[in-house]
Amino acid sequence: MTVKAATIPTKEQIEEVATDKTLFGFWVYLMTDLLMFAVLFATYSVLHGSIYNGPSSNEIFNLPFALTETMILLVSSFTSGLGTLAAHEKSRKFVLLWFGITFLLGLAFLGLELSEFSKLVAEGNSWHRSAFLSSFFTLVGTHGLHITTGLVWMLICMISVATKGVTKSMVRKLTLLSLFWHFLDIVWIFIFTIVYLMGAL
Amino acid sequence: MNWKEFILGKLTWNDLPHEWFTLGGTGAFVVLAIGLAIFLTYFKRWKWLWNEWLTSTDPKKIGVMYIAVAFFMFLRGGLDALMIWSQQVLGASNMPGFLGAQHGYLSADHFQQIFTAHGDIMVFFVTMGFLFGLINLVVPLQIGARDLAFPFLNSLGFWLYFAGVLLINMFFVLGGQFGATGWLAVAPLSELQFHPGVGVDYWIWSLQVSGLGTLIGGINFVVTILKMRAPGMTLMRMPMFTWTSLMSMMLVITIFPILAMTIALLTMDRYFGTHFFTLNNGGNQMMYWNLIWMWGHPEVYVLIIPSFGIYSEIVSTFSKKKIFGYPSLVAAAAGITLLSFAVWLHHFFTMGAGADVNSFFGIMTMFIAIPTGLQIINWLFTLFRGRIQFVSPIYWFFGMVSTFTFGGMAGILMAVPPIDFQVHNSLFLVAHFHTTIVGGALFGIFAGFTYWFPKFTGFRLHETLGKYAFWTWLVGFFISFVPLYILGFMGATRRLDHYAASTGWQPLFLTALVGICILALAVGIQILQLIVSIVKRKELRDTTGGDPWDGHTLEWATTSPPPFYNYAVIPEVHGRDAWWEMKKQGTAHKPVKYHDLELPKNTPMGIYIAGFIFLFGVAMTFHATLFSLIGLFGAVTCAFIRAFDDHSEYILPAAEVEKIENRLRKK
Repeated sequence: MTVKAATIPTKEQIEEVATDKTLFGFWVYLMTDLLMFAVLFATYSVLHGSIYNGPSSNEIFNLPFALTETMILLVSSFTSGLGTLAAHEKSRKFVLLWFGITFLLGLAFLGLELSEFSKLVAEGNSWHRSAFLSSFFTLVGTHGLHITTGLVWMLICMISVATKGVTKSMVRKLTLLSLFWHFLDIVWIFIFTIVYLMGAL
Repeated sequence: MNWKEFILGKLTWNDLPHEWFTLGGTGAFVVLAIGLAIFLTYFKRWKWLWNEWLTSTDPKKIGVMYIAVAFFMFLRGGLDALMIWSQQVLGASNMPGFLGAQHGYLSADHFQQIFTAHGDIMVFFVTMGFLFGLINLVVPLQIGARDLAFPFLNSLGFWLYFAGVLLINMFFVLGGQFGATGWLAVAPLSELQFHPGVGVDYWIWSLQVSGLGTLIGGINFVVTILKMRAPGMTLMRMPMFTWTSLMSMMLVITIFPILAMTIALLTMDRYFGTHFFTLNNGGNQMMYWNLIWMWGHPEVYVLIIPSFGIYSEIVSTFSKKKIFGYPSLVAAAAGITLLSFAVWLHHFFTMGAGADVNSFFGIMTMFIAIPTGLQIINWLFTLFRGRIQFVSPIYWFFGMVSTFTFGGMAGILMAVPPIDFQVHNSLFLVAHFHTTIVGGALFGIFAGFTYWFPKFTGFRLHETLGKYAFWTWLVGFFISFVPLYILGFMGATRRLDHYAASTGWQPLFLTALVGICILALAVGIQILQLIVSIVKRKELRDTTGGDPWDGHTLEWATTSPPPFYNYAVIPEVHGRDAWWEMKKQGTAHKPVKYHDLELPKNTPMGIYIAGFIFLFGVAMTFHATLFSLIGLFGAVTCAFIRAFDDHSEYILPAAEVEKIENRLRKK
């Protein structure tokens, strides 16, 4: 231990360090989540051809439909970015506006995805049918599950903002939420490319 | 679905434990629980236990809890080993079976359940538990931090691990059968078609829950080591144990997502009727093998790399020298970490991937020997011309050099695909991984336990008994495993509950059983050592003010045991072996000015969340929909409550710090 007394951290410094740690930790978490998706993508690629008398990918995918989903998610990613900017400005009104729009877009995306799933199931092409369909439902469904988690998180954050305003820790939470949302967007881009585009062609 | 099924699922009276070996386990659990309850009530310790330990966010306390749980699981896993080996001695075809078994005293099915549980418990709940315990105890002190990056997540990680421990032992309470699939539950054997009962589901939820805890712990330690080091401690000034812990945790965060998803896919197959690994509808069984070993092989390095760090610390401390070739040791640890991702296929050369693929993975496997051998050479060079003190931690190091090198050589042999075709799934393999994991990882854990014990208790472990324990371990170890190498060459495959007497294997099995009895004695001596040390703690007290071994790294700069905030003033680091340098330059133990500390509060949320997830796991095992929904909802709600709690820290005033410091330093 050195002789000179250590400098005492101020309240702001402590807050800054906490934000720094949390952000970094969240990035690490996102990378682990990405690895989970990597496993699902790998599984999907391996099982893509295992259709076992069921339909193959180019028989069931509807590209314009998937493109609509993609566009909705991309726009929601943009609005969640605007929401984070508003959070840094400490503007309660705009945080609620932009995250509100993001929430509705996310809900629309989820609705479209569920309607696609139920259409497939109604046609007899559920996950029971073949290994290919199992891997399709699991990959896209896991993404949908993440979207659902994000929506619940967003709702709770918005309730908190509406009642308590944009506190410092809320800025941190909204930043993480926005990161999560962008991350889901990136994963979806890969799903769109590998599952829908490559599958429909 | 009727109401009874909605609430209770598959749980029935007929499933409750009724066979002699499960009833034995049930009895042991009940006696343990009642004994503990009586003890706590009699000494009025419930409140103390809850406030001081169970809800603690202090990594030192969490570390002790990890080690305690891992130790109990070690005894259970060891008992499994005794049962496996006595069955193998009695399972020769010329001997009559008894207790209703055709051969020996266990039916084939019981035997399979036991070796499955043995493997899972020893890897997930013993070695991982010990490891997380030691890392929790030592790493924050070594990097000069007051706590981990996320103290609450650390508590949650421990409780998830504990929930996993309970889940894997749950069939003693709720019955059914444990999985009889081998420790990795390989598909398609683990599919509903072949395992319709709840056994594999116990396995699934136990590993999924504890794996989540491990992943959370991994993220926490990576962030802690990268973000919370004391000023001046650059990466290349970190102690070796911190380096190897970092490497190990990097592996954890890379591979545990793979395990989680692999188990999730198996779960999908078993619960929702998908076809990932099934025999019909296009399922691909070898994909399970690939995925599980993509996790499984790096996992063994997760277990052993921190032990390499422990050896480095011990060798350097007890030869009174700086470690030889520090940068090359770091490079070696990093090299092993990276290479471990490129070798998984050597677990199934016999899959039929073709000569090219097998050659690639064979060569990559042999490459791993280079950094590993380099480390051993570095340690030997550190000893060279050092003033070696022959205390028990360094005995374990010497033990490792013999056992681990032996096992490693066998590994290189098996890395050659044509040889592997001969010994694949034989006892040769079993002997190989036991010599490396026990002789490498576990010996390191024992060494580290002895080495750091005085730091956290204020007194040393009894030295003579420690040496007795070591020698008993070493002798027992070779007597148990050398026969297995020979048996492997003679053609004995693993997981045999009986064999033809004409093979002539029985004497060797008997020798191995004698060996494991010696090992049981060794564990007994270790328990005795702990008890004697606690009884004689006044005699064994560390009178050096926290530095009994004349240590090199920062953890020896605090008092023993350290205050709950670790450092009143964060030390500044000016080089490797920071504490040794401070002592040499006379800058250690200088008076300092204290200031207010901001510390994490204790919280019961970790227990609550893990408790709900435990409920979820048990309910899912039995397909009890209602309780799984309650568990899931409870866990999510608690997590959100915790996330929106902004008052998780408190201020410890400077005057209070000074009081604590004066009391500790005077002692």
